[in-house]
Formats: sequence, structure tokens, C-alpha cells
Amino acid sequence: MSLDVTTLLAILGMALATYACRLTGLLVGARLALAGRAKAALDAIPPAVLTAVIAPTLFATGWPETLAGAVTILAALRLPLLGVIATGVAAIVALRLLAG
Amino acid sequence: MTGSPPDSSPSPLSEWREGIAELAPAMIAAMPLALLYGAIAASKGLSPFAVALSSGLVFAGGAQLAAIEMWTSPVPVAAIVLSTLLINARYVLMAASLAPKVAHMPLWARLLGFHVLADENWALAERRAAMRRLTLPYFLRAGAVFWLNWVAFSWAGAILGPIIGDPRRFGADFAFTAIFIGLVASFVTTRRHIAVVVASAAAATLTHWTLGSPWHVLAGAFAGMGMAVLVWVPAPEAAP
Repeated sequence: MSLDVTTLLAILGMALATYACRLTGLLVGARLALAGRAKAALDAIPPAVLTAVIAPTLFATGWPETLAGAVTILAALRLPLLGVIATGVAAIVALRLLAG
Repeated sequence: MTGSPPDSSPSPLSEWREGIAELAPAMIAAMPLALLYGAIAASKGLSPFAVALSSGLVFAGGAQLAAIEMWTSPVPVAAIVLSTLLINARYVLMAASLAPKVAHMPLWARLLGFHVLADENWALAERRAAMRRLTLPYFLRAGAVFWLNWVAFSWAGAILGPIIGDPRRFGADFAFTAIFIGLVASFVTTRRHIAVVVASAAAATLTHWTLGSPWHVLAGAFAGMGMAVLVWVPAPEAAP
């Protein structure tokens, strides 16, 4: 249970920063009643955020990641979530072996 | 409760079970990622207790992995906190989008529920909210199990890390990417959604090249939202 002060400080800082983001959204979002284009923008958040997080891994890391990403996208069109993950992990292991 | 809509009120147990069942693939995908986080953290000198504490209090995989990559001695606390803030700024948007869909729940449940809100259970809750009303057992209890899964496996990673070696050898890091691809695919049902995804991917990749991480997350999010506004057309039946 060893924990020095700097480590604790970093962990608490990260926790505060993260919860502040979640709380701000909760407080702001509850007051929103949107329609039309504004609602379209809000509805686009889930796919836009998820895509943005992984885009550099897919397009700016190396060809094994890009190719494994393509295989995973194809899998996502027909397989359930667990199958998509299994396909992606199997593809990246195989392609990284090929890449050496 | 009086005044509640006369929906076929589902039993708490079945709601909880459905929440767990929907989250199961995400929990399985989070296991190698949590092990990876715990193993790297242990190699940087964090104790298993510190690893579990960070996972429990922060509960944001991407930011935690980024922080642990930045972890040196002495610990750059300010840089790590700033990086966390930027990577998790997307939670403002995500939480704002989900907030109206849980507005009927008590405040304590929303405060707790939004702490255990990660990309995966948030995406699943959004998808479910589009079809039916979110319930407390689905949202909070299933979220708590997801949280416990992350904490337990990152703790295990810190203990097992030195024994099993680099989890990246087993493609553990790509499980994160794969599950995000699967989640994005579940949201893309029209051509307009494809335009949103392409805009986000392009902006995020470009920004990653130019400004670097973690700015790409915000750039992609706003590019996708901008594209959604551009390609928006009024629903025909909604026209006055």
C-alpha cells in the first residue's frame, strides 16, 4: 500500500479533471432542448468522438495497424461486437508478426 | 410512481441483466487493456494499490494510458493533469448528449452514474436511449460492474505484469481500437453518418500529424459535428 505524495497528487488531479468534464456535460446537457441542425450536431457526437480517438492508430501508426483496421471495419459490418474484437486482435498479431 | 408514462415497466433484474449482457463484449475487451495499463504502470514504479486507486478514481482508459506513458521520475503532475483534461474534454460533449436521457433519474444516481461513464457504456446507453427509456439498473448498476471490471483487471495487471511480459505482444492494445470500430459501426446507419465519420477521421489524423495528441480528439469531434450540420436535411414529416 505504498503511495508517495506526488503519485497521489497526480492521481487526484487526473480524477478531478475527468470528473469535472463529466459533471460539466451533465449540468449543461440537462438544460438543452435542441432541434434541427443543433440536434444533428449533438447526435453526431458519439460516432465523431469514437472515430477521432482511434483515427491516429488507424492512419498514422504503421501499415499493420491500417490493414488490421480495414479488416476490423469489414468484420464490424457483419459480426457482433465480440467477433469484431477477436478479428481485430487476431489481425494485428498476425500482421505485426509479418512486419517483423 | 404516479404520473409516470404507462410503459411496460421492465423489472430491475431484467434491466440489469440486459445491461450486463450488452456490456459483456466491452468488458472482455477492457480486460487486456486494463492488464496493459497495470503492467506498464507497475514497470514505472506504481504499486498495485496506486494502480487500482487511479483506475477507480479516474476511470478513463485512454487518459490513463496516455498518463502512464508520460510517467517519469519526477512525475510531471501538471503535464499529466493537462493531458487528462484535454483527452477527456470529449466527456463534456458525451455527458451533455446523454444528460437529457437520464434526467428522470435521481440526482445521486446521475452523479454516480456519470463517474462510471466510459466510452463503451456511454455509446451503448446512447444506442439504447434511441429505442427505449434508460433505467437506473441498466445505467448505474451495469456501469458499476463495468467500473469494477476495469479496477480489478488493472490491479491484476500491476501484479501479473512482471510475470507475463509486454501485453502488446498479444495485441492487447488493439482491442481498444477494435471495440471502438465496432461501436462506431453500430451508430452508422445512413450516408450522412458515413460523412460524419469520414470528416472526424480526416480531421483527427491531420491534427495528430500537426498539433499532436491529444488535440486530435477535439478536432475530430468538432469536424464530425460540423459535417452533421452541413449535411443535415429536415425530416420530411417534420416540415411545417
